[in-house]
Amino acid sequence: MDIAAVADRPDTAELKAIAARLRGRVVEMSHMAGTPHLGSALSCIDIVTAAYWAVLRIDPQRADDPDRDRFILSKGHAATALYAALAERGFFPRAILDAYNTDGAALAEHPGPNCVPGVEAATGSLGHGLPIGLGMALAARIQGRAHRVFALLSDGECNEGSVWEAAMFAPARTLDNVCVIVDYNKWQATGRSNETLALAPLRDKWAAFGWDAHEVDGHDVDALVRLMERVPNGSGKPVAIIAHTVKGKGVSFMEDDNNWHYRIPKADEVERAKKELGLS
Amino acid sequence: MRNAFADEITRAAAADPRVVMLSGDIGNKLFDRFKDACPDRFVNCGVAEANMIGVASGLALSGMRPVAYTITPFITTRVLEQIRLDVCYHDVPVVIVGVGSGLGYASLGPTHHSCEDMAFLRALPGMTVLAPADAAEVRGCLRAALAHPGPVYMRIGKKGEPAVHTEVPAITIGRSLVLREGTDVCLLGVGTLLPEVLAVAERLAGRGISACVVSAVSVKPLDEDRLRDAFDRFPLVATIEEHSLIGGFGAAVAEWLADRPAPGRGRLLRFGTQDHFIHEAGEVEHARHLNGLTVDAMTDRILGALAPAA
Repeated sequence: MDIAAVADRPDTAELKAIAARLRGRVVEMSHMAGTPHLGSALSCIDIVTAAYWAVLRIDPQRADDPDRDRFILSKGHAATALYAALAERGFFPRAILDAYNTDGAALAEHPGPNCVPGVEAATGSLGHGLPIGLGMALAARIQGRAHRVFALLSDGECNEGSVWEAAMFAPARTLDNVCVIVDYNKWQATGRSNETLALAPLRDKWAAFGWDAHEVDGHDVDALVRLMERVPNGSGKPVAIIAHTVKGKGVSFMEDDNNWHYRIPKADEVERAKKELGLS
Repeated sequence: MRNAFADEITRAAAADPRVVMLSGDIGNKLFDRFKDACPDRFVNCGVAEANMIGVASGLALSGMRPVAYTITPFITTRVLEQIRLDVCYHDVPVVIVGVGSGLGYASLGPTHHSCEDMAFLRALPGMTVLAPADAAEVRGCLRAALAHPGPVYMRIGKKGEPAVHTEVPAITIGRSLVLREGTDVCLLGVGTLLPEVLAVAERLAGRGISACVVSAVSVKPLDEDRLRDAFDRFPLVATIEEHSLIGGFGAAVAEWLADRPAPGRGRLLRFGTQDHFIHEAGEVEHARHLNGLTVDAMTDRILGALAPAA
């Protein structure tokens, strides 16, 4: 294991600045490419920032290092958040990001397998990322490697039965090298997540399934880092972080408005968003 | 077949530290030797097949060679999307093994029958579909599957099937095996029905008809050389499988034939299960009888097809 923990971890102010830049980027990408799921991307930006700038043991120059930590965007529809972070972190050139969703480009609306360095699994159909991540965590166990697996799920995704199959599997195998983060923005595509299926109490559910489960403000980067960096945390259990978030976070006229699950911002809305984010 | 599979996978795991065995909570005692030899590489995934296939993909993405095993419908139809995305879309070397395929678990009813699995998995990009005829072919297929760089699906029988080989044949993906030479009719059998197909050939021999019998072990990709030869050389080519006529091996051959520029001289006759569930109890032989897959029924139909038109 020779990947540095996280070299030159940015301080809180820097992490916030990075998150703001990523938010501006995903708003632009949605506008330029005409792609939806902007609210879902914005709600998980702070989680992605905490992961890629303060937690993950990764080296963009050695994206296939077998000892690297794995981050799986199980909520694949927030792909722009992952793409923007990977590009900003130096996994691939900015030109690839700029070509997002154009004909023949590497980056599509959902991440494909090996589409760019840094994408660990193809996602887009919900309920797939965590089981794949558990296979990676199990491989680490068998191979005697120390890397961790982080899987970012949406709350709507927790409708899928395969999530709960996986939730029972990880503790049974004592996969304490796994961390699930649920981006709990209280919305799914067409309604309130707790009115669609009985999701709450979500932390209690994960705890009852055998996870060391925590609740956190999903926009408090420092709090996220504190939980995520302690994986494994000595409990002997996989870690579940229920991150309370706001869909569309960071842009006042998108926050908690589920129209932005599908709506695409117009040019003037992009400008207003960037101004609010302190980017222009 | 399952005993041969358990023995062969135990040998494979001893020889290759990348081999991991995933079971969907079946094979009581069957894998005890594996568990003793490689305890950290036997994983009972429980009755949670969707997760099992995802776990297999993650293992393969991390350099392991997972083999996932349970009763056929639960590791094919039930988890078709996991196979499609986690395995095939990622193009990872996961071996999926369904036990008791076709009507192998006849008495357990349609919940445990699998007469559509090849149709579904054959359609998935990058998937290889193998149907071994006996215990020896199971061993050969597993060796070929573990050496293959992409996804492989093996539909195997249950236990106690008659042997059609005296030793383990070398299986090559995309190649079939001739079990019996003949000149008048070519019988392309698939999987567990091969002993029946050989019995049909014996019956035909008694009527002075020489039947060539082939184990069409590689359902995808097809052995196109064999098909070309069969349709050029024989006036009648029969496909015989414990699988629906919709989408199975016979359908694959029909597709191949329809796309062939020159049809050759052979006429295609397909044997398979019918387009309905079985709503009555019964053992394998009864289920085959209901689908015209007994030695008697198949022999009669082939004789009828060979008889000159009145």
